[in-house]
Amino acid sequence: MNYINQAVLWLNDPLNWTNPGTGIIALLEQHLRISAAAVLLGCLIAWPLGLWLGHSGRGGGLVVVVSNVTLAIPTLALLSILPLIAFIGIGELPVILSLTVFAVPPLLANAYTGLRSVDPEVREAARGMGLSGWQLLWRVELPLAVPYLAAGFRTAAVQVVATATLAALVAGGGLGEIISEGFGLGLAKAGGQVLAGGLLVALLALSVEGVLGIVERVVTPRPLRRSKRIRKSKVALTAES
Amino acid sequence: MSLPDSPVLAYASAANPWFSWQYMHDNSSTVLAALREHALLTVEAVVVAAVVAIPLAVLAHWYRRFTGPILALSGVLYTIPSLALFAVLAPFVGIGRGTVVIGLVVYALLVIVRNTLAGLGQVPEDVREAAQGMGYGRLASLLRIELPLALPGVVAGLRLATVSTVALTTVGVLVGHGGLGQLISAGFHANYRAEITTATVLVVVLALILDLLLATVGRLMTPWLRRRAS
Repeated sequence: MNYINQAVLWLNDPLNWTNPGTGIIALLEQHLRISAAAVLLGCLIAWPLGLWLGHSGRGGGLVVVVSNVTLAIPTLALLSILPLIAFIGIGELPVILSLTVFAVPPLLANAYTGLRSVDPEVREAARGMGLSGWQLLWRVELPLAVPYLAAGFRTAAVQVVATATLAALVAGGGLGEIISEGFGLGLAKAGGQVLAGGLLVALLALSVEGVLGIVERVVTPRPLRRSKRIRKSKVALTAES
Repeated sequence: MSLPDSPVLAYASAANPWFSWQYMHDNSSTVLAALREHALLTVEAVVVAAVVAIPLAVLAHWYRRFTGPILALSGVLYTIPSLALFAVLAPFVGIGRGTVVIGLVVYALLVIVRNTLAGLGQVPEDVREAAQGMGYGRLASLLRIELPLALPGVVAGLRLATVSTVALTTVGVLVGHGGLGQLISAGFHANYRAEITTATVLVVVLALILDLLLATVGRLMTPWLRRRAS
């Protein structure tokens, strides 16, 4: 298990952490910055659309189509194509845009499902109390949909952080660079680096998942926590799409 | 083209088009070989994943205390980014097909386990009890009653797993076996658009064809659902 020793050695070299631009810390920072931008952009696009579609009860078919189509597009293809489109150019922008494309479906689907799953009786009661369409959306439907929005945010964020690794295949930066560079040097020479990079990226993805899991719990109002309804509908959604 | 040629435009469109029949024609054998590898890797991975995942789902269905751990473990594996998984596997499995197939199997697992489990959970309790009352043992009831009734869930899982595996196979480019991903990567490094778009379109078409194939097989295997609908 020579590679494990090499990986430990590689991780113990302070220069591998602090190298400006190519060290673990700099790459991690870039990785998180790109991911945050993509998720934020995704929220700006998907939430208003999903909430509106859910509120008006239209466009369920559109939500399913968006999820299915993006599932079939390889990330690598988008990452390769976008930099070749003249007005986007190379650098971080094409990576952020590609990742946004993959952040939208879970955000959209959950926003839509969240609003659709509001009890029709609650909606009617709100209407009966004289709430207008906007008031109904803001003061009744949106708060009740928070658990779904949070679940969608977590799924999207974890997926984006994981997918951002692939940016390294098109020289787009992020923690994947460690792995990509290692493979470039060859396993004989940099097997330890490849292994170390893989472990770092896996650790990052699992930590993001864990932290956002806690956030999801915190933002969910107590009466809505751990309701079986949500888990069931999640399964149903995956089975459909 | 009767338009007067502007040299810049002509250069740009001739040298780097988004699509080129010439490219397809000149490289048909390379493209077909990549497509073939891509399809083989996908099918291999999904078949292995199904062989592992369906018994796991049955196990989780029979013994409730395994449900949590099985779902949690496949969930953790699913969260690990593909690049990281290939990076962790490659030093031990080697640079080659094995690493790609194992990685793809790991990703397909969760989807199939979760959907199979959901399918088994949707079998009505009275059907199960009726089977028991007719003298079916646990295994016979599973094979002849419950699994057939859970087929829609199983098929949904297989379809999802297949479509995402087709897309994910491209990442195998890291260890030199990415199927059509090889072309995407080569096109990117050579800054040649037609190669990238051709491979991308083929990836999406392959996903669609396999999805349709599975959907059709699923329909043929569940004739009672159609009869009920009509």
